[in-house]
Amino acid sequence: MPARKIRVVIAKAGLDGHDRGAKVVARALRDAGMEVIYTGLHQTPEQVVAAAAQEDADAIGLSVLSGAHRYLFSRISELLKDRGMEDVLLFGGGIIPREDMVFLQEIGVKAVFTPGASTGEIVDFVRRTVADRSGERP
Amino acid sequence: MSLAERVLRGDPRAAARLISMAEDGDPAARGEMETLYPHTGRAYIVGVTGPPGSGKSTLVDQLTERWRQEGKKIGIVAVDPSSPFTGGAILADRIRMQRHGTDEGVFIRSMASRGQMGGLARASYDAVQVLDAFGCEMILLETVGVGQDEVDIVRTADTVLVLAVPGLGDSVQVLKAGIMEIADIFVVGKADLEGADQVGRDLAALQEIEGGGRQGWMPPVIKVEGLSGSGVPELLRVIGEHREYMARSVEGEVRKRRRLETHLEQLLAGELMEQALESLRRSGKWEEALARLGRRDCDPYRLAQELAEQILVSPPSP
Repeated sequence: MPARKIRVVIAKAGLDGHDRGAKVVARALRDAGMEVIYTGLHQTPEQVVAAAAQEDADAIGLSVLSGAHRYLFSRISELLKDRGMEDVLLFGGGIIPREDMVFLQEIGVKAVFTPGASTGEIVDFVRRTVADRSGERP
Repeated sequence: MSLAERVLRGDPRAAARLISMAEDGDPAARGEMETLYPHTGRAYIVGVTGPPGSGKSTLVDQLTERWRQEGKKIGIVAVDPSSPFTGGAILADRIRMQRHGTDEGVFIRSMASRGQMGGLARASYDAVQVLDAFGCEMILLETVGVGQDEVDIVRTADTVLVLAVPGLGDSVQVLKAGIMEIADIFVVGKADLEGADQVGRDLAALQEIEGGGRQGWMPPVIKVEGLSGSGVPELLRVIGEHREYMARSVEGEVRKRRRLETHLEQLLAGELMEQALESLRRSGKWEEALARLGRRDCDPYRLAQELAEQILVSPPSP
């Protein structure tokens, strides 16, 4: 059986329209051999989670530059819980102030990559964390 | 409850997981697919193919919108190429189908080609089977149509739509010969752009040359404008006509049979090779054969024939 492919949903939620960062991450994950479902701009949390469900995603990477991260991440986290999808790795990037990191961690965001993070770091993180969790998959 | 049972009950996560397993070639998927098989064969499959940028996803979105208005459950399998170097892929077809993202009556699955010979055709066939058993009445199968694999996939559809657009130079030449032969309906996308009429004429002309021997259904050319949706009602009507034609014609029966046959052949070839190679490797005959080839002791055609005969005479024991 060929090695399982890691599938990641990369999404931009809310009103912010700056997607260069998300695209850079998407390309880096692709170059690392992963399948990236790139959902584009202005996604609602409902759309993001629906995509992750249908695409059997291992992870969701959400980019937020608009300041609405607390709401968006909590809503996604809530929806994942409601749908029994807590095994999906949730991580984020964009403009997220340090003081909100603890809050995000508490609601289930496993990592946040702010400007300056290297794509190598992000790729390694996803690979490592998904591999760890794959024993837990239903 | 098994995955298959959950799929039959309409659990989308189970369907998504089973599609992944089938795609990955996970042996655990086989038992599940076996359970599902009697529940398949109801969905109507529409293949949509054409060059990159021709508006396939937008068209799929439009068709889905209309069929949803009729209350039909829709499945969409959107295939994008994987990088031949890294094996990864960016699958972005969902972007064109946003409005259906949270509609529970629409299941959208993005699939990457993964570069395996024939593997893509098998995986997409399995995905269609799962969505069929899941309850989708119409399944749209969207591919770029550049490689043999993609042509093979679209062949498994009941009705094949081939898209061409103005502004891609001599866009009709971009269509590979194989695709011209399998088209049931030609769609000229972006019909509001200059040159659309010419593309329509080019298609009709090419069809006369290439499709001359074709009997029964003559593929019509339909113009659509994806964003406004103009031309789509007519396209739906023609798809309906083709569906009726397939239901009552010999061609329809032939195609159905050929689909089953091709799929079974592929699976059988895979099984035979796997079992044969394993047996030959285990018994050392494989190494022996390679050594003989290296010494120029025997030519490969003769050798392959001998090995095949040996396997058939004394089949490998499990």
